[in-house]
Amino acid sequence: MHWAMHGRLGSALEEEGLGKLYDHQVVIRLFKYVKPNWRLAAISIPLLLVNTATSVAVPWLVKIGIDSLLVSRSLHLLGQAALALLALALINFVSGYFHQLTLAKLSQGVLYSLRSQMFHHLQRLSVSFYDRNEVGRVMSRVQNDVVQLQEFLSVMVLSLADLLSLVGIVAALLLMNVPLAAIALAVIPVLFGVMVVWQRYARRSFMEVRRAIALVNTDLQENISGVRVIQSLSRENTNIQRFDRYNAQHLDANIQAGRLSAAVLPVVEVLTAASMALVVGVGGVMSMNGALAVSTVIAFVLYIQRFFDPIRNLTMQYTQVQRAMVSGTRIFELLDTRPEVQDAPEAKELPPVRGEIRFEGVRFAYTPGVEVLKGIDIHIRPGETVALVGATGAGKTTVTALMARFYDVTAGRITVDGYDIRDVTRASLARQMAMVLQEPFLYSATVKENICFNRLDATDEQVVAAAEAVGAHEFIMKLPQGYDTVLQERGQNLSMGQRQLVSFARALLADPCILILDEATASIDSGTEALVQEALRTVLRARTAIVIAHRLSTVRNADRIVVLDQGQVMEEGTHQDLLARGGRYADLYRTYFAAGATAG
Amino acid sequence: MRVLGRVTALAWRHPVPFLLAYLCLLGATAFALLLPRLLGSAVDTAFLARSEGRLVVLALLIVLVGAMRGLLGYGQTYLGEWLSQRVAYELRNALFQKLERLSFGFHDQQQTGNLMSRATADVEGVRWFVSMGLLRAGQVVLLIGGAAALLFLLDVKLTAMALAFIPFAAWRTTVIARAMRRIWTQVQQLTGELTTVLQENLTGARVVRAFGAEEFEKRKFDATAREVASTSVEASRLQAVNSSQLTLAFTAATALVLWFGGRQVLAGTMTPGELAQFIFYLTILAMPVRMTGWVVNSLSRGVSSGERIFEVLDTRSPVRDRPGAHDLGRVHGHVRFENVSFSYNDGTGPPVLRDISFEARPGQVVALVGAPGSGKSTVVHLIPRFYDVTRGRVTIDGTDVRDVTLASLRRNVGIALQDVFLFSASIRENVAYGRPDIPFAQVVEAAKLAQLHDFVATLPQGYETHVGERGVTLSGGQRQRLAIARVLLLGPPILILDDSTSSVDAHTEHLLRQALAEVMKGRTTFVIANRLTTLQSADLVLVLQDGETVQRGTHAELVQQPGLYQDVYRLQLLPQEERVPMSAPGDGDGS
Repeated sequence: MHWAMHGRLGSALEEEGLGKLYDHQVVIRLFKYVKPNWRLAAISIPLLLVNTATSVAVPWLVKIGIDSLLVSRSLHLLGQAALALLALALINFVSGYFHQLTLAKLSQGVLYSLRSQMFHHLQRLSVSFYDRNEVGRVMSRVQNDVVQLQEFLSVMVLSLADLLSLVGIVAALLLMNVPLAAIALAVIPVLFGVMVVWQRYARRSFMEVRRAIALVNTDLQENISGVRVIQSLSRENTNIQRFDRYNAQHLDANIQAGRLSAAVLPVVEVLTAASMALVVGVGGVMSMNGALAVSTVIAFVLYIQRFFDPIRNLTMQYTQVQRAMVSGTRIFELLDTRPEVQDAPEAKELPPVRGEIRFEGVRFAYTPGVEVLKGIDIHIRPGETVALVGATGAGKTTVTALMARFYDVTAGRITVDGYDIRDVTRASLARQMAMVLQEPFLYSATVKENICFNRLDATDEQVVAAAEAVGAHEFIMKLPQGYDTVLQERGQNLSMGQRQLVSFARALLADPCILILDEATASIDSGTEALVQEALRTVLRARTAIVIAHRLSTVRNADRIVVLDQGQVMEEGTHQDLLARGGRYADLYRTYFAAGATAG
Repeated sequence: MRVLGRVTALAWRHPVPFLLAYLCLLGATAFALLLPRLLGSAVDTAFLARSEGRLVVLALLIVLVGAMRGLLGYGQTYLGEWLSQRVAYELRNALFQKLERLSFGFHDQQQTGNLMSRATADVEGVRWFVSMGLLRAGQVVLLIGGAAALLFLLDVKLTAMALAFIPFAAWRTTVIARAMRRIWTQVQQLTGELTTVLQENLTGARVVRAFGAEEFEKRKFDATAREVASTSVEASRLQAVNSSQLTLAFTAATALVLWFGGRQVLAGTMTPGELAQFIFYLTILAMPVRMTGWVVNSLSRGVSSGERIFEVLDTRSPVRDRPGAHDLGRVHGHVRFENVSFSYNDGTGPPVLRDISFEARPGQVVALVGAPGSGKSTVVHLIPRFYDVTRGRVTIDGTDVRDVTLASLRRNVGIALQDVFLFSASIRENVAYGRPDIPFAQVVEAAKLAQLHDFVATLPQGYETHVGERGVTLSGGQRQRLAIARVLLLGPPILILDDSTSSVDAHTEHLLRQALAEVMKGRTTFVIANRLTTLQSADLVLVLQDGETVQRGTHAELVQQPGLYQDVYRLQLLPQEERVPMSAPGDGDGS
């Protein structure tokens, strides 16, 4: 556990607060993702202009058609107007379709690059990043924040179209008749005012909805995953009551939000009707006086019918834009996190090694100032098995983590065949090393895929051989589809021991020169364990191995035991040597024997 | 249809809001249909009747109609939201209660993600159906039907011509809506896959790095992400076709009306106001036609979502209280297995346990030994009825466990499961999980007994420290000690420890065992063990192989007999003897 807070991402709830409406940094950086696809943008924007113009022109053409009836009374002109309308419809169709398609390609392209870039970046980040950030937190950035941006992009596009058609409609009204346009548009400031006030309440309410649904889903998830514990502790009723509370809060929040959304309707309807009534009344009187054609009144009404949707959309999208700015900041924060362990600029490939490992004066601190390793010197000869022994906090896990270069040493150096591991690429080091962790990690994929992992070239025979070597073959064959059985989430359809055997087979198949083993045999059952011990011996013989040992048999079989205490090497030697020496190892060993006797 | 009927019945549980919503809907639609009419007569008033007075009256009527429509629209929207959210609320609660009570057999076969999506996406699907399919559908039908009827009264031929496209447009938008739904499901599935790749990659960050599998992972992720992108583009393309072709249809219809209606105006068989009415009606029809796609969509989504929800709701938990089940009370802890056989899937799966019989007297310790998959965990899971036996019976103090209520049974049985699950809450809440209202002092006492207290004391926030997301911040050993503390707090007469001391370091294990020895006094204890000391102290050791007891007896007896136990003892237990003194598996360094 590292309680240090630096390098930790904020959680979704912590940062739920209001974002800026416009964040220059975010917009500029987002724009960079558009650039590679600028061709699509260059096609899309003119298409949008054509599309908006053609739809704004419809009422105008209707007006011309009606004028041809009432003023010039010409069938010829009427025909022309109708044909023009048809032509317009076609142009509108084509431009609309291609505009939307190109935009979709553009925005999906942006989202793909963002996702992929984030994932690639996550692969570069060091293990220390994952020490500080829970999986859920990181996941939410790659998923929710990207979805927010996705919505933002589509909102931006829609808003642009809305804005353009508003401008077009106002221009058309003004061009037709300025005084009547002024009257028709008189309600607009009122509407805008109402919407601005409304959206302030609405935003709060929508945020409440989001908070409520987050609570409901978190609780649900936890109850499903933890259902076995809940039932074994008979806590169903308490949890059902608690869930009902969250669920009811969610219901209330939604009903409140629904009320607010619905409240806009009467306002919009009344204002639309008022605007129409004014146009009909005033325009009608004007037309009776001959100051205005009736067709203009009709066109005005048609425009007013088209006016309010864009306004409503625009005010609603305010919240989305804000949210996207927050998401953008969070995404870029992640992308800007620097990996602590990086390939040096001139890092070389590590050539095939014999497996000679040296820790030279290695010091390490997870948190600056709190040293976990205080100058460690270990020399491991090729093919040697070294068992690490020591109490909690002695630094055993840290030694193995540094060997795998999850972290870089604070001082001193670690060499493999004389190469400082910081001077070689991480990939080339990893190729010659395998690690078995205490908690086996399995994918929800087939058993075979889990054993192969990234060794895609492995043949079925190799996979089976590896499984046989660790004694996993037998139980795998008993699974419904044998090696093709799909494992459930984190391998839950296997017992702990079985999971460990699979992860063991994986390490064997990788056929590394150096094996790091956080001895996992602790929970492998008696029968299986004998097999594993046997397999271990064969496997270890050909490799350099560092083992965090929990078993006397492992310790006894090790070529050397390194006793760690509080970040320092206390003793080194074989089991017999150390016992004979009568030092700390022997001391604790005897204490334990005595204690074991009373307990037994 | 049966599914939709059930959903409708759920909504009908609230008849007053349901009917009121429909009333509002009717009224709002009627007023909406009135508006083009008023506008049309206004045009005629201005052009033909030339009466200022009538014009003013019409203008006022327009405002009035708008206001009524707005108010009724408010009622319709609000009540619709209320009703649909209420149905969603009830379904979510019902699902939750069901999931909480369904036995292990059900949960073994379900993935969390799948159940989650039923409780979220599918509940939303049903809600959408209530809101669209049950309510909005009425509006769509009424608006289109009403407008058609009113226009037919005006001019049959022109109406036929103007509205001819509507069935076609409605059909097209429905077809596309269906295709869209398919594609959206696909997008969701792909997004789900992306999530899995991401989640597993992040959880396994160390393994990925240790094996240098970053490039492999990137390729996997990019391939799925690319598919998500291209499928989403396809969805947008369909959307674009749909909205563009609807606009095309409406504009074309306007052109037709203008041409044919205009000829009638010129011929004097139609007034300009009537022509304007036609055009106004076309405008208000755009919304409902567009909506037919959604309505039809909501039906099919409602069916598939409803099915998935009812499938869970209709699952009867095989393990449940029998009618007339009585309260077990507090037992002495005399546990008997009588010829117990068990197979998963309600007895249809391959046999897991065959004819197991044994007896544990109050206060005795029974140890179970065997290879993985030999059935040890299954045996102990039958005691608190996580599963029911297929044949034979399990009794406690002479009572068949199936004859008593689950709650009273489980109060008597404390089990520390192998896979320790931590709730994202404080350590205190996690320890007190089974007894939320217990005094803090007792929590501390249990923690002390389980050797957890010293560790907790080193944490800055002590017992209030939050352990999140399956307890990522605790090591395996610490989690197990917490699980034991959790069980100790229940003070059950029967105690089950499923491998739970396996990854506690030797020193802690020793202390823990001493503490447990205290706790076990007066309790019947079942231990799944592979520790010599445990086996030595057990009153009965059961050796399981492929679901059968191959040997039984005390440790002293069993080591003398040739057989599996002796082999295991020689191969593993003996060399193990005592584990390495100072090692602490799972208790990560640097903590």
